[in-house]
Amino acid sequence: MDFNFSDEQTMLRDSIAKFVAAEYDFDKRKAILASADGWSKKAWGTFAELGLMAAPLPEAYGGLGGGPVDTLVIMEEFGKGLVVEPWLQTVVLAGGAILHGGSEAQKQEHLGAIATGERIMTLAYAEPKGRYNLADLATTAKKDGAGYILNGHKAVVIGAPQADHFVVTARTAGGQRDARGVSVFVVAKAAKGVTTRDYVTVDGFRASEVYFENVSVGADALIGAADDGLPLVERVIDEGIAAVCAEAVGTFRLMHALTLEYARGRKQFGVPIGSFQVLQHRMVDMFMATEQSISMAYMATLKLGEDVRERAMAASAAKVQIGKAGRFIGQAAVQIHGGMGVTEEMRVGHYFKRATMIDAQFGNVDNHLRRFSNLSMPEAA
Amino acid sequence: MNLEFSAEELAFRDEVRAFIKDNYPAHLRDIESRDQMRKEDFLTWHRILAKKGWVAPAWPVEYGGTGWTSTQRYIFAEENALAETTPLLPFGLHMVGPVIYTFGTPEQKERFLPRILSGDDWWCQGYSEPGAGSDLAGLRTTAVRKGDKYVLNGQKTWTTLAQHADWGFFLCRTDPDAKKQEGISFILVDMKSPGVTVRPIIMLDGGHEVNDVYLDNVEVPVENLVGKENQGWTCAKFLLAHERSGIAGVARSKRGVERLKDLARAELADDGGPLIRDDDFKKKIAELEIDLSALEYTELRVLANESAGKGPGVESSLLKIKGTEIQQRLTELAMEAVGNYTMPYFRSMGEGNEKGVGPDYARMTAPHYFNMRKTSIYGGSNEIQRNIIAKMVLGL
Repeated sequence: MDFNFSDEQTMLRDSIAKFVAAEYDFDKRKAILASADGWSKKAWGTFAELGLMAAPLPEAYGGLGGGPVDTLVIMEEFGKGLVVEPWLQTVVLAGGAILHGGSEAQKQEHLGAIATGERIMTLAYAEPKGRYNLADLATTAKKDGAGYILNGHKAVVIGAPQADHFVVTARTAGGQRDARGVSVFVVAKAAKGVTTRDYVTVDGFRASEVYFENVSVGADALIGAADDGLPLVERVIDEGIAAVCAEAVGTFRLMHALTLEYARGRKQFGVPIGSFQVLQHRMVDMFMATEQSISMAYMATLKLGEDVRERAMAASAAKVQIGKAGRFIGQAAVQIHGGMGVTEEMRVGHYFKRATMIDAQFGNVDNHLRRFSNLSMPEAA
Repeated sequence: MNLEFSAEELAFRDEVRAFIKDNYPAHLRDIESRDQMRKEDFLTWHRILAKKGWVAPAWPVEYGGTGWTSTQRYIFAEENALAETTPLLPFGLHMVGPVIYTFGTPEQKERFLPRILSGDDWWCQGYSEPGAGSDLAGLRTTAVRKGDKYVLNGQKTWTTLAQHADWGFFLCRTDPDAKKQEGISFILVDMKSPGVTVRPIIMLDGGHEVNDVYLDNVEVPVENLVGKENQGWTCAKFLLAHERSGIAGVARSKRGVERLKDLARAELADDGGPLIRDDDFKKKIAELEIDLSALEYTELRVLANESAGKGPGVESSLLKIKGTEIQQRLTELAMEAVGNYTMPYFRSMGEGNEKGVGPDYARMTAPHYFNMRKTSIYGGSNEIQRNIIAKMVLGL
């Protein structure tokens, strides 16, 4: 049993914290979000220099040979800095799909470019009517000679405006929600028939609706086996869940710290509001919710390599904890900040927004509670 | 005990319902959120009701009230809420108006009340300060008497819609040596006076609803003092009691529950069936509906007490706490219901309505949720309301 970070991981953490303090503080982040593109290419370049893209990838493909714990460290620090650059989408989601499911040629083509920071990718999996069901696909890929023709609409694809390639889920066989018949493709954004409608998300990310209209791809675009892509998608999404749980932990730690600081400094009735027991207990509950969330983020991360059921149960359990804690901690932080908490001017509100949106990403509390209960309590024991 | 409305009350309800149906302007129905509203949009329904003589049901008849019973007033508010008419701005009608007709001079009544009723004057509230929120009596804005004028200096905050205001009512310290609640005066300020500066505060939903108001040597004629000098706290407390009446928002939350159900009918659950058939989600709506029902009957009991002449009491704290919790819960569930499409952010600032992505009903779910966190903070935070109940009801 060891919950310690290695020296390398601690150095990684420190380097990101230093970057956030120097280059990504409240005002600098605000300027980045307000810029036309809404993200910082300079920050992206720095991430590459710091080795953040390479960190969790294998050495054989230009990576540093780390893994999920490196991702956890990076995402927690990104949570503290409210970083909006599409690192998760590129490295963990799209990169993960290629790493776990791709051919040697695909890995050679994409992972090295991801590791150096020159390639930005994202996973286009959600659909307008599919809610959180990863198998619910109206997007189709029809066999066309050796290759495929893609048609469909992907919803709320974070990182799509920045990306040059998409990893896309599409149905190659079966009914709309069948587990079998899901296939995964890598498609260049520049391919004919790919269009996007770009926008901002409520928590400051850039995202798109992505449309595929008779997009022709070769056989080499297929990641893994045709019709059998759902387990790969589930694995990648579970890795994404572990990553956003770590990111959430970063936001929780900050919301708690900012609230304590505010409650110590803010005086009403001649005393700091932190001296009121009713607020003290709320801050204690925030502390406990944060600690429980840290534990679950670790657990989900450490179980990513376990068998499918273990991994899925851990990811869903963590997502439920994080979703509930995020709502409680966020609301308490805003409430204790009073009116200031509801303004754009205080840092706390921006953490509150991100923590809230993390619940909506990759399935919310209800969705993962159901997934967990179905796995935990199968009808036949 | 009797839950039924009388035949007269039912006839009155039909009259109100018909009036709203025939007179509520169609273009106001398309407005999704408050900061899409132009100044005249806030006043359109106000002016229509004013012409009908229905804009200030709670006021005494001599000042322009309707003379309705409290049950009729309840029916009127409920019909407006069910029809989702634009809420009337409270600053004149429910705040400074009652203060003026209760504490003002005959000249003040004559000068200000008709213009509040007509909507010609837009009022704003200068209460909170950066250092005086829950502890309102800790305010530091000063008014120093110089001849026939007061000179005001200080900063007010959370001043709702001050960007449109013609007049403001301000709590100012007139006796710096007196005990906290003593030495405060209630002063009316022409917002166009030199030295008044309004600075927008942008809220988490991106909207401009509230402001800081800076007062820098603002000269105000002494006849704008309401009540006696140094006794403004009496006006302030009186006004806060009025601010809280109707804060339960039961009828509007009922509409909110119906909208939530519509939304759950339109959305698909993970199994592809309508979300309204999803047991987990259904149960959440049902629990909220039952909570709201409890609040509704609590409000009706309070109303019955008022009719019996017992006046609004500390029950208003209960109504405020439960009412705002329910309003907030509605926004949580709407956000949950729409899944991924709660994330895109499309804000239209009154013009050029940019078409969003995903279903229209999903668009404002997250901003509404962020915005409604204010309700458990404003008007006396829910912690302060619990303190009031602990002290005044439980005697602790």
